Amino acid sequence: MDKVINDFSIIVGTKNGSGSSTANNTILRAIFKMGIPVSGKNLFPSNIQGLPTWYTIRANKDGFIARREENEIVVAMNPDSFARDLASVAPGGAFFYADDIKQPITRADIAVYPMPVKQIVRGDQSIPSDFRDLVGNMVYVGILAQMIGIDLDKIQAALNFHFKGKQKPIDMNLNTVRAGAEWAKANLEKKDPFQLEPMDKTDGLIMADGNTAAAVGSIFGGVQFAAWYPITPASSLAESLNDYFPLLRKREDGKHTYAVLQAEDELAAIGMAIGAGWSGLRSMTSTSGPGLSLMTEFAGLAYYAEIPVVVWDVQRIGPSTGLPTRTSQADLTFVNSMGHGDTQSVILLPGSIDECFEFGWRAFDIAEQLQAPIFVLSDLDMGMNQWMSKPFQYPDAPMQRGKVLWDKDIEELKGNWGRYLDKDGDGIPYRTVPGNKHPMSSYFTRGTGHDENARYTEDSSVWLRNMDRLKKKYETARKYVPAPISYTKPGATIGVMGYGSTEAAILEAVHQLETEHGIKADFLRVRALPFTQEVTDFVEKYDQILVVEQNRDGQLKQLLTIEYPDQAANFKSVAFGDGMPASARWVREGILEKYAQPAEQR
Amino acid sequence: MTQPLPMAGAPANLNLAGLAKNDYRGNPSTLCQGCGHNSISNQIVSAMYEMNIVPENVIKFSGIGCSSKSPTYFLNRSFGFNSLHGRMPSIATGSLFGDHTLKGLAVSGDGDTASIGMGQFKHVVRRNVNMVYIVENNGVYGLTKGQFSATAERGLSLKKQGANQYMPVDICMEALVSNATFVARSFAGNAKQVKELIKAAMSHNGIAVLDIISPCVTFNNHENAYHSYAWGKDHEEPLHDITYIAPRNEIILEEEMKEGEIREVSLHDGSVVILKNLDKHYNPTDRFEALRVLAEAQQNNWLATGLIYIETGKPSLTEIYNLVETPLNRLEEPDLRPAPNMIDKVNALMF
Repeated sequence: MDKVINDFSIIVGTKNGSGSSTANNTILRAIFKMGIPVSGKNLFPSNIQGLPTWYTIRANKDGFIARREENEIVVAMNPDSFARDLASVAPGGAFFYADDIKQPITRADIAVYPMPVKQIVRGDQSIPSDFRDLVGNMVYVGILAQMIGIDLDKIQAALNFHFKGKQKPIDMNLNTVRAGAEWAKANLEKKDPFQLEPMDKTDGLIMADGNTAAAVGSIFGGVQFAAWYPITPASSLAESLNDYFPLLRKREDGKHTYAVLQAEDELAAIGMAIGAGWSGLRSMTSTSGPGLSLMTEFAGLAYYAEIPVVVWDVQRIGPSTGLPTRTSQADLTFVNSMGHGDTQSVILLPGSIDECFEFGWRAFDIAEQLQAPIFVLSDLDMGMNQWMSKPFQYPDAPMQRGKVLWDKDIEELKGNWGRYLDKDGDGIPYRTVPGNKHPMSSYFTRGTGHDENARYTEDSSVWLRNMDRLKKKYETARKYVPAPISYTKPGATIGVMGYGSTEAAILEAVHQLETEHGIKADFLRVRALPFTQEVTDFVEKYDQILVVEQNRDGQLKQLLTIEYPDQAANFKSVAFGDGMPASARWVREGILEKYAQPAEQR
Repeated sequence: MTQPLPMAGAPANLNLAGLAKNDYRGNPSTLCQGCGHNSISNQIVSAMYEMNIVPENVIKFSGIGCSSKSPTYFLNRSFGFNSLHGRMPSIATGSLFGDHTLKGLAVSGDGDTASIGMGQFKHVVRRNVNMVYIVENNGVYGLTKGQFSATAERGLSLKKQGANQYMPVDICMEALVSNATFVARSFAGNAKQVKELIKAAMSHNGIAVLDIISPCVTFNNHENAYHSYAWGKDHEEPLHDITYIAPRNEIILEEEMKEGEIREVSLHDGSVVILKNLDKHYNPTDRFEALRVLAEAQQNNWLATGLIYIETGKPSLTEIYNLVETPLNRLEEPDLRPAPNMIDKVNALMF
């Protein structure tokens, strides 16, 4: 039997709330520390305890780390999903199961390994009885370690990290891992080909989740105020602010330069954030779709009153109950025109963990420069799962605070300024903030119905003038937002476009299209709305552009069609939103389904 | 801000902040003639002038409705934010983090506060945000031309609405049960009391809820209506006469004043409110008593006015946050962006 080295997927089926996430993250991190490109996806239900939940890990020597739908190694710890888990093992794969599950094994095409989980845990008298189930998960870590070759030292490093160096839990878990490994060594014979071997492909990389990266990035962006309301999958973003502020903004006097406030709902969360932005703070909120729906009226107000604020939307499926723990890219058109009346939002679309960090700080520069709400659309897959990432880079430019006039500026202008006056011709006016003590500094803020000097008016011509200026500001925004990332190759005949967390799946699919189907494609990952010149250049280059996204209606494709009506017929939607992290297979099959062969090749 | 004090021979109409009353005014009102809200605006102007408040040290807030338009009619030199219907409290909460040395002065209405904004109202109260929260309460929606609000009394009839079937919301009661630290009620027709209560509220550290019955002359001014001038004048039951004494002027508290007749309450800035109780035993620092008085007034169709409850010494919201002395919005990059070496530290903290 030929070994299959560093190219397979593992899925672990457990009960939600059984404490398996420590075990699964330990496997993921240990493989990462072995230098093998790896990804981990938590496929979990909306439930605290009891429902089936899965965790899938992919190791790939070539660096393809999108989720795969096939799993060569399946670990079954949950009687409720046992039959399904057994059926899901790829032919020739391996099936590990807790041997207290007494259900028929009906497959002969796979290797089957029973695991005496309870017996091994009970064998260690030092484990308190109420910890047995939790620690029991470490048995499969140990057995897998022995059977597929996960380095025990790396497992120790992962546990050390997870328990922040606390020796007692580290020892308890590590002993169980060792016991599992020793039992496997003595009792199991390797009957499958899957094997891990150390590489050096993760050197210099870190592993983190997007919500942590966004929070830390925001702190490097100088965030001063964050208001939020708990919601999956965004909560850990605000909680990470609380985790990292004390370290990163520590002062000798012990005082705080920031405030994080858990509001009573999302209406209040964005209201507070807008209030703080209005009064001159770098201010943010973080939420997901349902919260965003509640924030809509305020988002419109911030657009019209021209108030800087950063809104992170960690996308999921919604509303209400159902699939709140499933990933999605279906908020794009909603956010694009969020608010009633004519509104055009500036949107940032990070596609990797280090971009979550970068857009974390950059969003404040853009918000303050444009005096507008900036929406950053992440998603559950990126926000909550652990990903390999380039290390975070320190901001490459000083903070850009935009056009703010302080006391001395108003004095120099002899009070001659207008809050909504387009002095520079870029659509962006000057603003003052409360606390400016110059008697000519203040103004009265309203949503609509203000003239250039912020005086109340319902005059139609003033309204039209203001609307034109806001439009001009949106045009100016094209120069402030990040350009797309392009992956090109000589001889490409089609374009593929996408955004966000699907990058890994698209890159792999593009590779497969070339190697398996002879189709060469260039890939452009859009990183912002409004579209920049680079997007226009890409769009004009191809007769066929396949737009890949995780929703039903092809939202990016819709926006491209509106922006580039002359190319409308060239856009083809590859949209699929089943709530699961993107796989190369659906991208490839979706593209093949919509792809039209050039006439001369037919 | 260091405003020059008036010099000898300066015009007599300048206050200790060196400002004339005009410096506290706003634009001409666009509300109806005789609207109770206008007289409240006038009392705000007088109170601020008499208290020597520098307008730049105040931020005005409002939601949506007739009442919420009124911040345009006073304190033109203060920053102001006319926000969304029922959402003023959240805007105020965030804004006051920008510069914690500023005081919020908010005007809302009964619809804005007791209907659409009830949630935010109760939360801004429980957070003890450092602001005066005036509800100009007329029991009716004026700007949309005459619908019932949640404070309208049961049985009230309006032209296009018929009779109100529901029990009213008592704003003072709601504030009290949400742990407000200052709750007062007045009647727009009682100008002196309104002004004294505004002064006391401005001196209070934390949230000061001031429910002012302010009759709508256009849509709800029937003689028998709770929120009418005629009813208010006949049924007003002041808990006490109230006099506001500015800080540094404490000599007014004469020692011979007898206990039981006078209650004095020290405010955070050293100023004092003196309450002359009608009921000798009324104690505005007793929450149970305050709730009882409100319930009793409801039962008897009284309008209990005056300072109903006060609790001093509780930290306001921004004080809880242990902020730097410099207002947050004056901080610059060195205070806000971690040093370059911290990026390695952060990367090391990731796995």
